[in-house]
Amino acid sequence: MSGAAYFASFWLGKLSLKALPPSAIQWFGASLMILVPLGIALLLSVTHRWKWLYHEWLTTLDPKKIGVMYIIVALAMLLRGGADVALIKTQQALSAGSNAGILSASHFQQIVTAHGTIMIFFVAMGLMFGLINLLVPLQIGARDVAFPFLNATSFWLFFGGMVLVNISLILGDFAATGWLAYPPLSELHFSPTVGVDYWIWSLEIAGIGSLLAAINFLVTILKMRVKGMNFMKMPMFVWSVLGSMLLVAFAFPILTVTLTLLALDRDIGTHFFTATGGGNMMMYVNLIWAWGHPEVYILILPAFGVFSEVVSTFARKRLFGYPSMVWAIAAIVLLSFIVWLHHFFTMGAGSDVNAFFGIMTMVIAVPTGVKIFNWLFTLYRGRIRMASPLLWFIGFVVIFTIGGMAGVLMAVPPVDFQLHNSLFLVAHFHMMIVGGVVFADFAAITYWFPKIFGFKLNEKLGRLAFWLWLIGFLLSFVPLYILGFMGATRRLNHYSASLGWQQLFIVSAVGAAIIGMAVGVQILQFAVSIYQRKANRDKTGDPWDGRSLEWSTPSPVPFYSFAKTPQVSTRDAFWEAKKQKQTSTPQPYEDIVLTKNSPLALVIAGGALIFAFAVVWHIWWLAIVGLLIVIATIILRSMDEHTEYILSASEVERLDRAYLKAGGLSK
Amino acid sequence: MARILLKVKTKKHWLLVLLFSVIIAISGAYLSSVNIPVLEPKGVIADKEFRLLITVVLIMCIVVVPVFILLAYFIYKYRDDNPSKKRYSPDWDGNRLIEGIWWLIPSVIIGVLSVITWNATYALNPYRPIKSINPPIVVQVIALDWKWLFIYPAQHLASVNQLNIPLNTPVHFYLTSDAPMNSFWIPQLSGQIYCMPGMRTQLYLEANQAGTYKGWSANISGIGFAGMMFNTTATSRSGFNRWVAKIQADHNLPNLSFGAYNRLAKPTLYVPARYYRQPATDLFQAIIDKYMLPGFSYGRSLTPVSSPATGKGVV
Repeated sequence: MSGAAYFASFWLGKLSLKALPPSAIQWFGASLMILVPLGIALLLSVTHRWKWLYHEWLTTLDPKKIGVMYIIVALAMLLRGGADVALIKTQQALSAGSNAGILSASHFQQIVTAHGTIMIFFVAMGLMFGLINLLVPLQIGARDVAFPFLNATSFWLFFGGMVLVNISLILGDFAATGWLAYPPLSELHFSPTVGVDYWIWSLEIAGIGSLLAAINFLVTILKMRVKGMNFMKMPMFVWSVLGSMLLVAFAFPILTVTLTLLALDRDIGTHFFTATGGGNMMMYVNLIWAWGHPEVYILILPAFGVFSEVVSTFARKRLFGYPSMVWAIAAIVLLSFIVWLHHFFTMGAGSDVNAFFGIMTMVIAVPTGVKIFNWLFTLYRGRIRMASPLLWFIGFVVIFTIGGMAGVLMAVPPVDFQLHNSLFLVAHFHMMIVGGVVFADFAAITYWFPKIFGFKLNEKLGRLAFWLWLIGFLLSFVPLYILGFMGATRRLNHYSASLGWQQLFIVSAVGAAIIGMAVGVQILQFAVSIYQRKANRDKTGDPWDGRSLEWSTPSPVPFYSFAKTPQVSTRDAFWEAKKQKQTSTPQPYEDIVLTKNSPLALVIAGGALIFAFAVVWHIWWLAIVGLLIVIATIILRSMDEHTEYILSASEVERLDRAYLKAGGLSK
Repeated sequence: MARILLKVKTKKHWLLVLLFSVIIAISGAYLSSVNIPVLEPKGVIADKEFRLLITVVLIMCIVVVPVFILLAYFIYKYRDDNPSKKRYSPDWDGNRLIEGIWWLIPSVIIGVLSVITWNATYALNPYRPIKSINPPIVVQVIALDWKWLFIYPAQHLASVNQLNIPLNTPVHFYLTSDAPMNSFWIPQLSGQIYCMPGMRTQLYLEANQAGTYKGWSANISGIGFAGMMFNTTATSRSGFNRWVAKIQADHNLPNLSFGAYNRLAKPTLYVPARYYRQPATDLFQAIIDKYMLPGFSYGRSLTPVSSPATGKGVV
């Protein structure tokens, strides 16, 4: 190696001009990834908002603001994942027979992988953690989470993972392996570029963020509930989060370790998952699904929680079968760890192994079914308001039940042999994750939006968006069930025209386009609602006739959340208080302890991002720098003993009275 | 329900009913005009899997249909702009009996499904030989980048992306991969099974109708994955024998030596059918065994050397 080459490889690792995008579509994606942040930066400069951004958002440790940031990032990533869908669907609608479509095979596979990775890790997880941050402290009557700084660190690590995935659009490529990157395809020999490394390291950072957040919320729920709120009086959303966070705490370490082992295989030539040298690729497949299956329930449990809240509020009735609901969550938590093998019945395991995992999978249908019946009986003898959050619930029941039926079908191993890895499977899990998780998130955003921002979203556009979503979704995914029966497999960039698949692929693409319109309407909905915010203002703090503690605060929630510590003696504490006309019992204002802002969480995540980027490109000196930043910042923060400040009782009183006066919250 | 149907009076409602009927009619006409392999089995195993699928769907309908009916009925009856008189019980939040029913009934249904699953999983274990008056033929399958190699050891021939099998005769596949993992699938004949490098899986199937059935890989394996399609031709026993004889007699066809295999194994895209005679003895086993050798790495070619243990050519 010449001196110059050695010099370049020391300072730049594998990075060179060859890392720039090869095709026009990729250039377009890359320019977007550069122009969008530049545009935001420009806007901030023009409006002199940098200081505001720094003090109000970048350094905040307030879980409400962190929740909002999670949701903004997740919605932005929903657009990115949606752009991937547009390319995937266009390619599949066109590329039959002699037509090769618009994308190369490798580019198509990268897009499919990016779509799955982004939608799960940066959309579904982001929306979930956003809602948890917004709601859990408020619903349990706490002013903060157990570890505010850790919470901010979790968010910024999630953000760092998101940035790394998107850097891959500009420099290098992304994994072309499918979203779980099975070896040997993801091993160095078959995937020699940095694509798989981007995948590994963005999930490593985001995954550690998720684990830390889970620990945080477990402790928050266990230790910080307001006096009087025992376990069986918690709102159902809090129960569902407790279940979900338990799963994160047990499942995410498996992901982190598995990814590390794969990284070792790729970077230093170990043989954990290689076919050679005594490795075993099926060990990877087992491990990744030992995380991956609980992950499904990590996402769906909080969605169930959201619907429990929405159904009972919009039926104006207590949630039916509360203890059943709790037991159902507990059963799902336990069972979700003993079903992972149903993702690969086709590996040739014996009948007893396959039968065991198949039956365990079906058993999960029981608690899930119980939950659905309980929701239905919450509607029974209620007084149902057909607002858009309830529409999302109806859409959810329809889609989730069809998808669940497909799921039980695939739990029967011999039937799965005929459906595995087909578009039938793709339709099934999209019905669960979009129909279940994403619909719940939309319901939640509509429902809790006034609590966070102080005004309601435009209902007309919300309904239009719902109907477009529902029609587009069914049109897009019902054809995939049929294509699955026709034998169409997932991740196909091209197929033979003689198979007769093209018409259905076109119908599916039309459905996707309708979903695109739905998303457009949702963007319009935000814009119109912000424009009309004065007319849609929520002056009462309780726009939906709510049931749990968050509705007892003014909208938008003040930074200290509760001016006075709320009192709880029953389920649906706020609803009961309203019923008993328990108008403000004279309770004194108290000093409130709050956490100071800190920029260090951002610094830790920045160090982690530098480390990850450097490892992807084998720039070892930079990796050491990144790691040192992380370690030094953690030490620095641990030394700081003045992390809190006190808001005096008189100051609280002054702020609270101002709020009451401005909002007309004079109950 | 009847009351809801009676209320379908307005023009808007009738338009909706009309729209649904049109959608159902078009879908029905479409579905009856196309080939849907999984639902139109042409082999013993695929047929049993199809019947199992239908059974499970029907049993699940016992729970699923009431869910849809209750949802529609409750939403209709208890919405607050419905002027008809109805009860409102805001504090009614549980009933042991009703809740017991929906813990119990789904449990019973899942219990029934479990028994069916347990039995079916044993009966349709892909490794389980199919009972037949005809003795099985053996085919060794190797997934390559990006094509399928089929070796017929008893017939002394091999083919790429073309599988020929005799009717009403069990076919016993041994499968592996000399590439990333693939999944071998001929939807009209049987369900799929993974092909993994360094490992061997098995699959039995039997065609009971003459015809040509498409097969492919169901697991992503790299840029040529979409082109890993092959035709399966099921013909009578005599037709199969004629095919075998024709290939064996065609001296223009190359022998599948280790060298020829190595050339074949190099990555290629959309490979048309081709044939070989006289596959090297133990080629299939050698392809699996090479992964066990110390120092072996992916992509290294296979070389016949004498193994001290067996004296046979291994790698």
